[in-house]
Amino acid sequence: MDKTKKPLPSIVWPLAALGLILLFNLIFTDGFFSITIKNGHLFGSLIDILKRCSPTMIMAVAMTYVIATSGIDISIGSILAISGSVAALLVWGGNTSYLSAGADVQPAALFFIIVVPLLVSMVLGAFNGLMVSVVGLQPFIATLILMVAGRGMAQLLTGGKVLNFSHKGFEFVGRGYLLGIPFPFIIAVLVIALAALLTKLTPMGLYIQAVGGNKTASHYSGINTRMVIFLVYIFSGFCAGIAGLILTSDITGADAGFMGLYMELDAILAVVIGGTAMSGGKYNLKGTIVGVLIIQSLTTTILTRGVPPEYTLLVKAVVVLAVLIIQSKRTSDFIEKTTAKVSKAGAA
Amino acid sequence: MSDNLLEAIGVSKSFPGVKALSNVNLQLGRGEIHGLMGENGAGKSTLIKAITGVYPRDNGQILLDGVEIHPTSPLDAEALGISTVFQEVNLLNNLSVAENLAIGRQPTKKTGTLDWKKMNEDARRILQKFEIDIDVTELLGNYSIAIQQMVAIARALELDSKLLILDEPTSSLNLDEVEKLFKQMRRLKEEGHSIIFVTHFLDQVFEITDKITVLRNGEYVGLFNTADMTKMDLVSKLMGKEIDELHEFEKLSKEQKHKEHQEVLLETEKLGKNGYMAPIDIDIAKGDIVGLGGLLGSGRTEIAKMLFGLVHTDNGGLKIKGIHSKIRSPKQALMNQLALCPEDRKEESIIPDLSVKENIILALQVKQGWFKPLSAKKKEEIAQKYIDLLNIKTPSSEQAIKNLSGGNQQKVIVARWLATNPNVLIVDEPTRGIDVGAKTEIQKLLLKLSGEGMGVLFISSEIEEVVRCSNKVYILQDRKVVNELHDDQINEQQIMHAIAAKGDS
Amino acid sequence: MISAAKLGFSRRNLPIIATMTVFVVLYMIGGMTFRGFLTNRVFFNLLTDNAVLGITAVGMTFVIFTGGIDLSVASVVSTTAMIVAVMTQAGVPNLFVIICAILFGTLLGLVMGFIIHYFDAPAFIVTLSGQFFARGFGYILSLDSVPIQYDFYQKASSFGIRIGNGKLTLPAIILLVVIALGIFISKKTKLGRNIYALGGNEQSALLMGLPVGKTKIIVYTMSGFCASLAGFVYTFYTLSGYGLAAIGLEMDAIASAVIGGTLMTGGYGTIFGTLIGTLIQGVIKTIISFHGELSAYWIKIFVGGMLLSFILLQRVFVAGSGKRD
Repeated sequence: MDKTKKPLPSIVWPLAALGLILLFNLIFTDGFFSITIKNGHLFGSLIDILKRCSPTMIMAVAMTYVIATSGIDISIGSILAISGSVAALLVWGGNTSYLSAGADVQPAALFFIIVVPLLVSMVLGAFNGLMVSVVGLQPFIATLILMVAGRGMAQLLTGGKVLNFSHKGFEFVGRGYLLGIPFPFIIAVLVIALAALLTKLTPMGLYIQAVGGNKTASHYSGINTRMVIFLVYIFSGFCAGIAGLILTSDITGADAGFMGLYMELDAILAVVIGGTAMSGGKYNLKGTIVGVLIIQSLTTTILTRGVPPEYTLLVKAVVVLAVLIIQSKRTSDFIEKTTAKVSKAGAA
Repeated sequence: MSDNLLEAIGVSKSFPGVKALSNVNLQLGRGEIHGLMGENGAGKSTLIKAITGVYPRDNGQILLDGVEIHPTSPLDAEALGISTVFQEVNLLNNLSVAENLAIGRQPTKKTGTLDWKKMNEDARRILQKFEIDIDVTELLGNYSIAIQQMVAIARALELDSKLLILDEPTSSLNLDEVEKLFKQMRRLKEEGHSIIFVTHFLDQVFEITDKITVLRNGEYVGLFNTADMTKMDLVSKLMGKEIDELHEFEKLSKEQKHKEHQEVLLETEKLGKNGYMAPIDIDIAKGDIVGLGGLLGSGRTEIAKMLFGLVHTDNGGLKIKGIHSKIRSPKQALMNQLALCPEDRKEESIIPDLSVKENIILALQVKQGWFKPLSAKKKEEIAQKYIDLLNIKTPSSEQAIKNLSGGNQQKVIVARWLATNPNVLIVDEPTRGIDVGAKTEIQKLLLKLSGEGMGVLFISSEIEEVVRCSNKVYILQDRKVVNELHDDQINEQQIMHAIAAKGDS
Repeated sequence: MISAAKLGFSRRNLPIIATMTVFVVLYMIGGMTFRGFLTNRVFFNLLTDNAVLGITAVGMTFVIFTGGIDLSVASVVSTTAMIVAVMTQAGVPNLFVIICAILFGTLLGLVMGFIIHYFDAPAFIVTLSGQFFARGFGYILSLDSVPIQYDFYQKASSFGIRIGNGKLTLPAIILLVVIALGIFISKKTKLGRNIYALGGNEQSALLMGLPVGKTKIIVYTMSGFCASLAGFVYTFYTLSGYGLAAIGLEMDAIASAVIGGTLMTGGYGTIFGTLIGTLIQGVIKTIISFHGELSAYWIKIFVGGMLLSFILLQRVFVAGSGKRD
């Protein structure tokens, strides 16, 4: 009696896109899937994709939740730069005098190099959260403030210079391998696990979607909607902080002016490609993960195929538009109509 | 040329799960002011929207000047000579009053640029007719809703349409403003225009209209000459008396109505908020179903919001099981074993993209707190329990609630609150806009719950259900509790008298 | 009743008055701190140095008036300059170069506006892919800096009308013309009013019979045109095209609008405010460069601080605007 077809899960489209890219490489790119072991580390294009996408992955995970509350956080690129700069500064023992003199520096303990930037990032996230939830600013505007000022602050910390360093312990964060796997990717997996735990083992996941879907109804149901929004932005700051540590450690330096520039846009893109609507109310964490992988494997494919890297952006633009149009209501209406017509014609 | 300017014949309109209009007629003569009356969910707005092309009708004909019309949008209707002022003011708060009157047809100078001076002069002239003397260059949003409403009406009048539809235009106007509006309406009538006037104010209908069409529950009740009607007649037409197939049901409720004195679960002491609700003293005891009787806007929903901490009261207090309690937020209400199924299902209740299961367990989870998440198994158990108990029709508990019919959505919301095991359940229009089957199911459920010792505060604009279910009814007028009826006093006549009392006395 | 409006101090003018005050105060601070600050030269340089930002910001402001956003403008500026550079290098006639350059952004804006309207797609993502497209296209033209050899551009860069010890340069003139046109469109034409109406309430605008879809498409086209024009002007300074130019300019343009009193939610704001918002950013830059010891990144911190205070001011203004009878 009930003829309603089960709708395709929303992850199908992004997965298909990823599959297509991988299939393309399977056929046309020699050795794309080969993984070798050198010095106990895994090497290969796939491993490279996993390593490179880690910082974006970590930020996109948090962005998924932010967008699900019908918000947006465009300050994470700047928070990333601040986190990295603080870390670099701590490696140098907290001062930049070494830049002029060859003075001895006493690096801070690794614990502080890791923890202080993360705390700073969370405080910045809390500022965003406060602006959105309590002051009631539009999320875009609220986070625009830190996006603009934050980069300046990062440059202030580093004295406007690129802070290079060498620190065996800290370098492991971005460059190390654990069990042959790139450490950044392990961090990304841990962040995903943490996010999944927080949203599954507490009612947070439910609340985030409830608040994004209908704030009034959530309030009527007793949810502390402000707290939910506040916490989500703190988590976003935290994740940007981790990404900052990875990038800084990987390049053994903090380039406050350019680190993480436009990365917020990549994160948002990954979320949207992954099937989370910008209007909020429902998130798709798996989709986001696939979205990040799509963007990175696209980039890596272009690089390994010897296509000039300048085409990356063009391809990205086309892919984004295609995904957007496929997911649009007009397209689904169109498909519905034509299939209805076809089935009608078939029945007749 | 036809005798009637507008004629609707057998118009029907369904939404998924709801029959909003079924076989409704309307006959509007030339130069006539026609009242369109009905309680919430009666189908007034749907009919207006069908006439103005907001929705296409499913069945039936709409004739203008004897010619069938199929407007596809309010704009389209405007081109046909039907202009409408919708209930929510559809103007632009960010533009000036003058611009709101003129935009889309602004006067221009010879150079093609806008002639602001003329626009402002025109605006002053137009508003003068309404005896409104305001700065027309000020932003519309800076004026009261009443002024905004008048501007919207003035804009519609300027279109010089054959037919003007005013949907609840007076709900935010004071007496003086209403008089000014009526003066304009009479002027238009004299000029031969017709007006459909939607309102729930009885006095106004009798003052201004020539004829009245009454709708109830999406159905056509009848067309009446205003002069031939008494206020009492109209109230009974509005409230109606549904053919009740459920005699058994009546018996059940009768049995329950005679109860021993029970523990008082919730009691208010002069609880009120200035300019919102006059201080009220009501109490709800174990096993009570307390009805609130009164017309739209009399303060029914306001009481629910005060009790549930959604508005902050500024005087009086309330006692829960005899203990003074402060309720400043829904969370506190929840922790005090109160529950509220709000009036507006779409805006205040459902979380559209979430599943039936998630919608059901939401409030219970909040009550449990952050650190006691319900297990997946427990969630499924609870969801299944209420899906069975309330006979919620859904393919599975994983279905997004937005795909359910109105009645089933409402049941999910009731389930959300029952799951929190409340002592007092406040239901605000739980049966609005849902089909008859679901309606009686919900009524039965309320009776069953009260039989189990729950206190229920039952808000409904349909008088039979109040009569059928309640053992105590508070009568509201103008945001005041004016009367209180008990057990045997509760019948439709008594309630209608009490509600209509105001104007007649 | 004496209406506040009659005193010329309506609440609605509050944001722009605040913006003007801040501009004057900043300018005075500069004047009192540094010698040679209060000269024609510094003032006209302010216009010249911020012409690209100002022209871009006018288009952006119109988009924000409708409640939208255009993230593509910075890359359009850079790629337009690149188009000019590459085409002049190929020896294409200058008039044709100019037409192509201006058409690039205008057409991109048109396409983006169409997609946003037709597919009801979020402007944020559509213009973001517009950004990728324009930037990518620029990279394809050339990854290196391409010099512009034509005389026209050399002359354009040195052209100017002397006023005292200052010089009203070509970029400054174009900026002022664009601002004047913007003010004209926003205040004197039906299009301008429809743009405000759209941002005020799209649903209402539709019910009032205004051409909502058309207006939306026009606004993004206008923004694309402004960005292209700004890119063209950009070549007068650099006399070259470079793919990485003007990074982050879109956010500066948004900041200009917001500081100038435009509400991101749409419906409120002025083009004149955007000019002042641009000049405030310019004064901050000038003060910091006069100061000598403060580094360039202080600009961002100051601009961020400005944004915060203006947004909070607007917040108070919106929340505090009581209803009157």
